[in-house]
Amino acid sequence: MSIADLKSGEKAIITDTSSQLIPLKLLEMGCLPGSEVEVIKINKIKDPLYLNINDTFLAIRLETAREIGVDILEKEYETN
Amino acid sequence: MRQINVALVGNPNTGKTSVFNSLTGLNQKVGNYPGITVEKKEGVSKISRLLKAHILDLPGTYSLNASSLDENVAVQILLNKNDKNYPDVVVVVSDIENLKRNLLLFTQIKDLGLPTILAINMADRMEKKGISIDTKQLEKQLKTKIALVSARKNEGFDYLKSLIENYKQIPTESCCEVSQIDSEYFESLKKAYPNQNVYKLWLIINNDVNFGDLERNTIKNPTNGFTPKPISELKRLQQKEVIARYLFINKALKTSLTKDINAATGLRANIDRILIHKFWGYLIFALILLLIFQGIYSWASYPMDLIDLGFANLSEFTKAQLPDGKLTRLITEGVIPGIGGIVIFVPQIALLFLFISILEESGYMSRVVFLTDRIMKKFGLSGKSIVPLVSGTACAIPAVMASRNIENWKERLITILVIPFTTCSARLPVYLIIIALVIPDAYFLGVFNYQGLVLFGLYFLGFGVAIFSAWLLHLVMKNAKKTYFVIEMPDYKLPIPKNVLITVVDKTKSFVFGAGKIILAISIILWVLASYGPNANFNEAEKIVQQQVEQENLVLDEEEMETKVASYKLRHSYIGYMGKAIEPVVQPLGYDWKIGIAVITSFAAREVFVGTLATIYSVGSENEETIKQRMSKEVNPVIGGKLFNLASGISLLLFYAFAMQCMSTLAVVKRETNSWKWPTFQLVFMTSFAYIVSLIAYQLLK
Repeated sequence: MSIADLKSGEKAIITDTSSQLIPLKLLEMGCLPGSEVEVIKINKIKDPLYLNINDTFLAIRLETAREIGVDILEKEYETN
Repeated sequence: MRQINVALVGNPNTGKTSVFNSLTGLNQKVGNYPGITVEKKEGVSKISRLLKAHILDLPGTYSLNASSLDENVAVQILLNKNDKNYPDVVVVVSDIENLKRNLLLFTQIKDLGLPTILAINMADRMEKKGISIDTKQLEKQLKTKIALVSARKNEGFDYLKSLIENYKQIPTESCCEVSQIDSEYFESLKKAYPNQNVYKLWLIINNDVNFGDLERNTIKNPTNGFTPKPISELKRLQQKEVIARYLFINKALKTSLTKDINAATGLRANIDRILIHKFWGYLIFALILLLIFQGIYSWASYPMDLIDLGFANLSEFTKAQLPDGKLTRLITEGVIPGIGGIVIFVPQIALLFLFISILEESGYMSRVVFLTDRIMKKFGLSGKSIVPLVSGTACAIPAVMASRNIENWKERLITILVIPFTTCSARLPVYLIIIALVIPDAYFLGVFNYQGLVLFGLYFLGFGVAIFSAWLLHLVMKNAKKTYFVIEMPDYKLPIPKNVLITVVDKTKSFVFGAGKIILAISIILWVLASYGPNANFNEAEKIVQQQVEQENLVLDEEEMETKVASYKLRHSYIGYMGKAIEPVVQPLGYDWKIGIAVITSFAAREVFVGTLATIYSVGSENEETIKQRMSKEVNPVIGGKLFNLASGISLLLFYAFAMQCMSTLAVVKRETNSWKWPTFQLVFMTSFAYIVSLIAYQLLK
């Protein structure tokens, strides 16, 4: 599963960043295997995705998100 | 007094520029790096009684793997020992919240063998954010000295300065061993170039860093059996390098940094909830844009009127003081109105930069990028194109430069190509005078002023055509690289007034001196061309007109006579002959030769349109009321009737909306795209488009 499959509010651990389509810059900003990623629960905007990766807040396009493999950590259902 | 070089390096959004401002105060200057348009900020700071530091604020970067022109500059200076800016000591500026990410760059620079100090900014917010740092422990891990500073409260800078003063005591060994990612490869590098820093070699091979030819060539043409790895392999190794560094950083921070998660405030989430809401977010952005335009029009008009009046008075005063002659006339009719034509834009430009820098400093601009990306993407642009397109309403020159942080080349190129369609402030004086002449000052439905509606329509049209041509280019152009888009969403911050002020002053200054030179030169050339003629018709104008008047038995007072002589002279001056030559080209658009001249000179810069007509109509002053009156009296030489009517007015407005009439923009585009191909394309495409649209409009309306 990839970041693109996460619902807003869900947290996951990044497992795979080996795709050549992931820009190096993203890794440098902390998007690495082992890092925790959370899809920020803001509203229904899905592209770009608003993420919190190890306390760095950034936005990437859906097509890049599909390249980043994750294991889901916990489910936080939206309350509103 | 001894002087050393200090380089400030850091991630974007860490307050690096605030630290720079705190160190140098107003003792700084902004220029360009030679040959490229990357902004170079440097300043001098007094470190102690015996030591001065030349401080260079390098462009923000996340790592030493450059992915843009700006980042490349930073890397280049840090690698090239022969560069005159090569630092004696580097200060890495990090903010407190993103320390981990900032340390990536720190460990890289440390590997270059430079004395590297870590300055942690926004230390005043530590407590609020529930963060505490064991500085001594972290210093040991990172093998450096750390200064906690706060640019907002101006704290910690004495200590930072004392660290800079004693930079020789800072260890230059690396703190993170990266050669482990492929020890064999690093070994072979070391063997091939025993005298070089191995991490530097690694960077040179990975980055296309264009520095000292000599060192580069030794690497490109190895004589000692070393062969670099293929690119895909190097990319994999770069990823491994980043991971290795983060492993080290995590370990180092584990023992020295604690974060109390509960203390983190929900401010970001609360503001984001509104500002990037799928409905409210767009509405708020639209309202902010509206406020900016409102500000530029209504607030700027007061100082502009004052400047206008001031220069008119100055011209008159100078005329009265100096003896009449060619030089005096050059000054009062060429130079002073020319300078006035530049200065009058200062209030608008300054206000626009004020708004833009507040939006950027506060963190809001990233939210706009976030909101607009999915829309802009469809037109081959990026969310990041919104900043250049909005700045384009002030001036296309800084806007083209602002496109630099768009990672993808195709998106960046399309942005650069369409920016000149947005309505820049130089079009305003043209629009204002033409609208006042041909559009009735009446109300539609009793609320909307027709003149205001037309002006708004022109802005809308410029933006619409920009987006439409982006879409066309997107369809036509091939995309070599896969697009990607990464933007940091920084915390919201209250802008620091001093930073905003410095930005406004810098940008305004560079506009005045950049565009100003051209406008001034054009005014002088124009004056000369209008004041001399090639033959006797010009030189003996008084006599000839006198004879004509006598033949026709006209009775004229002195003033009428003077006007008649002046206009006869103009028709037979160099510029008059030039205008007559181009008349056939502009006639189908509804212009006479005088407007033709103004259109031609506008290719230097649009705002000279009014000044040109002023000079040509020999009104002598730039007072718009008199030019306007004079313009409304002009008669169309071919079909009679008013020259400036609805048809020719609309045709002129459309021509100015679409034509590429700005030499400075073309020059900047050439520098940014590194080829004459794209500026030539802009000039030909936009201008022919403008000609065709104006032609159709005039022929339909006349």
